[in-house]
Amino acid sequence: MGNVIMADLARIPELLPSIIEMVAKVVFIFTMNMGVFAPLLGWVERKQSALMQDRIGANRADILGITAFGLLHTLTDAIKLLTKEDFIPRGADKPLHYLAPFIAVVPALIAFAVIPFGGQYVLWGHKTNLVIADLDVGILFVFAVASISTYGSVIAGWASNNNWSLLGGIRVGAQMLSYEVAMGLTLVGVFMVYGSLRMTDIGVAQENFFHWGIFLQPLGFILFITCALAENKRTPFDIPEAEAELVAGYFTEYSGLKFAMFWMAEFLEMVTISGVLVALFFGGWQIPFVTHEGLVKFFGFLGSNFAQVAVMVVHVTVFWVKVLGWIFLLMLIRWTLPRFRYDQVMELGWKIILPLALVNIFITGAVMLMVM
Amino acid sequence: MELLIFYGLGLLALFAAAAMIMVRQPVTSALLLILNMFCLSGLYAMLGAHLIAILQLLVYAGAIMVLVLFVIMLLNLREKKGIVSKHQIALQTAGVAVFGVFMAVIAARLHTSQLPNPKAVTASFGTVGAVGRVLFTDYILPFEIASILLLAAIVGAVILAKSKV
Repeated sequence: MGNVIMADLARIPELLPSIIEMVAKVVFIFTMNMGVFAPLLGWVERKQSALMQDRIGANRADILGITAFGLLHTLTDAIKLLTKEDFIPRGADKPLHYLAPFIAVVPALIAFAVIPFGGQYVLWGHKTNLVIADLDVGILFVFAVASISTYGSVIAGWASNNNWSLLGGIRVGAQMLSYEVAMGLTLVGVFMVYGSLRMTDIGVAQENFFHWGIFLQPLGFILFITCALAENKRTPFDIPEAEAELVAGYFTEYSGLKFAMFWMAEFLEMVTISGVLVALFFGGWQIPFVTHEGLVKFFGFLGSNFAQVAVMVVHVTVFWVKVLGWIFLLMLIRWTLPRFRYDQVMELGWKIILPLALVNIFITGAVMLMVM
Repeated sequence: MELLIFYGLGLLALFAAAAMIMVRQPVTSALLLILNMFCLSGLYAMLGAHLIAILQLLVYAGAIMVLVLFVIMLLNLREKKGIVSKHQIALQTAGVAVFGVFMAVIAARLHTSQLPNPKAVTASFGTVGAVGRVLFTDYILPFEIASILLLAAIVGAVILAKSKV
């Protein structure tokens, strides 16, 4: 076995560009998620809700009189959560109580691995593909990982030895299970239209503005965004943590950093949902009416390598701007709609979205047969 | 490197399977089964069967086990304490004995018979397209029969539930 490892080590020099590319991509996505989105979305949400409800919002935390639009609240929040007592209720299942927040946050982080945040570029002779894992199963990976994150909430509810938590956990289980089925079916139409599950293929196919998912799959888009909101467990689908009935649902008994992990998982899931929405329905990294070739030509004066770099920067920026727009819209929905009742959520999932998703598949198939 | 991952996953899968039977808490047991499925999924992925690996996670670990946990939590199953009867001890001994014989047979077979040579897999092996094509051409009949079976199960479940509502 030692020989095998030595042989692997000997191949490092030739693999070096790929290794650098890999590490750079992982570091980039990780920093975007943990360094930018996880802390800042809390601030965005506070300010946005304040704006919508005609309040001022967070503005008190200051350093030497500088409040930076309430941005410093992010810092004070972090300090508060870090220094809080880590409380475990009596009679709780300690190992599981400890494990649950980790199960919630890790899937939220790794789901982004298959979402392309840029196209393919040839940089100094090295082919760079701006997606961490260009899997053939593509979007199914996101589903699989999302279904694992369910356990975080379910186990949190179970391990807390609290009836409110348990009820919240059970509701999470039922809600996730119902909407996972519907969500999978809503995207079948997308797979049929693009003929692939691979997210980079779908991204490349959307170079033509009128081939964006939103035009080819309008019904699929509406159904998907509803399911995605339900999977995210935020208002109007936040019955697992409905504070009017269940205190705070499955994370009632969590404090300090572990509570922050549930909170972070929710925000990261929102980023992932926006990423999937953009990649599947809104052209991914593509700019409307601008082709990859055209953009390379536009930056041609920089020389072939730097032109590619410039195109890459533009594409990545476009992708993140679209994602930010979607995060903003998802938050708007949260502050606009009231919470659904439990039976309404179940009825919407099973009696409306599921049949409509099947209809969508049928229509897509029929249209494709007619067109081809 | 591959060998290391294989042994790691394999040992973890064996550990999870053994621990799943031995722990007393139903919830922990269910979680260990999920861990076992994770390891199996990893092994599938190492074999190049990416679709099967993801479906293992999506369907078994992600959906069916959530349902199992759901039932455990709804029925509020807790650790069972009680005296183990002689009947149970006899059954357990028999179970271990059967398992031992089974393993011995496998070991003997592996020792004497030649395993088929591993074939190099093609680039499209295990991809969604390749699996789908085979499923809808060569194996269309078993596939359709399985779907009818599932439909029958759904109809049965609805009938059972309907009488209680």
